[in-house]
Amino acid sequence: MNIPADLKYTEDHEWVRVEGDVAVVGITDFAQGELGDIVFVEIETEGEELDKGETFGTVEAVKTVSDLFMPVGGEVAEFNEALADDPELVNKDPYGEGWMIKIKVADAAELGELMDADAYKAMIEA
Amino acid sequence: MKTTAFNKIHKSLGAKMVEFAGYEMPIEYSGIKDEHMTVREGVGVFDVSHMGEIWVKGPKALDLVAMINSNDPRHLAPGQAQYSCMPNGKGGIVDDLLVYCYSSEKYLLVVNASNIEKDWNWIVQQNEEIGAELENASDSMSQLAIQGPRAIAVLQKLTDVNLSEIKFYTFTVDRFAGVDNVIISATGYTGAGGFELYFNNDTAEHVWYAIFDAGKELGIKPIGLAARDTLRLEMGYCLYGNDIDDTTSPIEAGLGWITKFNNGREFIDRELLTMQKNEGVTRRLRGFKLRGRGIPRHGYELVNAEDSVIGHVTSGTMSPVLNEGIGMGYVAKEYSAFGTEIFVKIRNKNIPAEIVKLPFI
Repeated sequence: MNIPADLKYTEDHEWVRVEGDVAVVGITDFAQGELGDIVFVEIETEGEELDKGETFGTVEAVKTVSDLFMPVGGEVAEFNEALADDPELVNKDPYGEGWMIKIKVADAAELGELMDADAYKAMIEA
Repeated sequence: MKTTAFNKIHKSLGAKMVEFAGYEMPIEYSGIKDEHMTVREGVGVFDVSHMGEIWVKGPKALDLVAMINSNDPRHLAPGQAQYSCMPNGKGGIVDDLLVYCYSSEKYLLVVNASNIEKDWNWIVQQNEEIGAELENASDSMSQLAIQGPRAIAVLQKLTDVNLSEIKFYTFTVDRFAGVDNVIISATGYTGAGGFELYFNNDTAEHVWYAIFDAGKELGIKPIGLAARDTLRLEMGYCLYGNDIDDTTSPIEAGLGWITKFNNGREFIDRELLTMQKNEGVTRRLRGFKLRGRGIPRHGYELVNAEDSVIGHVTSGTMSPVLNEGIGMGYVAKEYSAFGTEIFVKIRNKNIPAEIVKLPFI
């Protein structure tokens, strides 16, 4: 199970990479494995200000659909347009080319509430 | 949770295991799309040992089988199999099944895993005044489905029976992979061709390894239940519990072709189903293709252009062959004509779809 040590994690199996006041967000290797073959990622919230926990999009796999939740509040500043033509990037490279959105973080304190890699690993192995 | 005789093999192959109908079953190995295309283009193997097997024997066997089935087993010759369903006495369906005819005094009924107990109780009840001999062999029999255009080439290496002579929906009982009394049946739930094999649990692992050794050079792969579902849905085959159940009639479900009223045969719900056939039904199970992006899923609403609900999705998926969203659902009769535009409500958006003929591919 690939769980990079330099990322933060949520209980909804998303990862967050902090780059200044921007949070890059995707789903974890565990999550893509559970979903199986991803067919498309739908994100129609670009430019919107959303609170932590609100839905920013959905990911459709062949056998199931799952909502995507804001790991921290802020503006959905950008989404990964490459996923429109190539949603399998989420399966192939969940922490790299399969990233989903960039959030302009509203309250940096919320970043501190996320799990580190060890805590996330403990959660999925529990 | 029950297990099949292949449980250890599935786990050693790294399958993702889930509970299905009380059994721990493999849902996925290498990935749904890969498994799906393997069956469409090559050959794949499904463990379907969770299915139930019920023997009906004795002088009254045909009387019972003819009474409980919508399809007419009386014209079956030994070695023929038939798809059928069991009407439930209220116009619904107890289960759909395969009826294998050994002779007019010996039949094998193969039923859905989720319904074994319900079916058994139903059949025992119907048999009270008929008196056929019944045996539930579900726990001692294993079943593998070897499906795909290369299935015959793989299996032919393991038996002296000329498999090309086993016509679709016929079977033989013979020696296979050194095991006697294997049921070799030219049937399946994928539309990709191939065979289903039935044998005793104690030979299961041996049979599995023999098939995989024989199929290695042809790229044989194990296939999980998830791809079984996408494969059957591309063909428009009904899945009990989704597309048909105790509240849906075979006529509504488009199973008129296995509901036979000929030769005055008495069977459960004959009068009710005759009436439905003659007078028509108010809803029909139909296939539809999405024209916009989206994947229909069980339970989603089907609506018309005015946003009024006209039905619900019973099965839906992304077709790996078409790369489009496909589904089935009951729609009000006035929307059931092929080519009719309907909409699938997906997360509060109405995605356009078209009623199409089955199969999808």
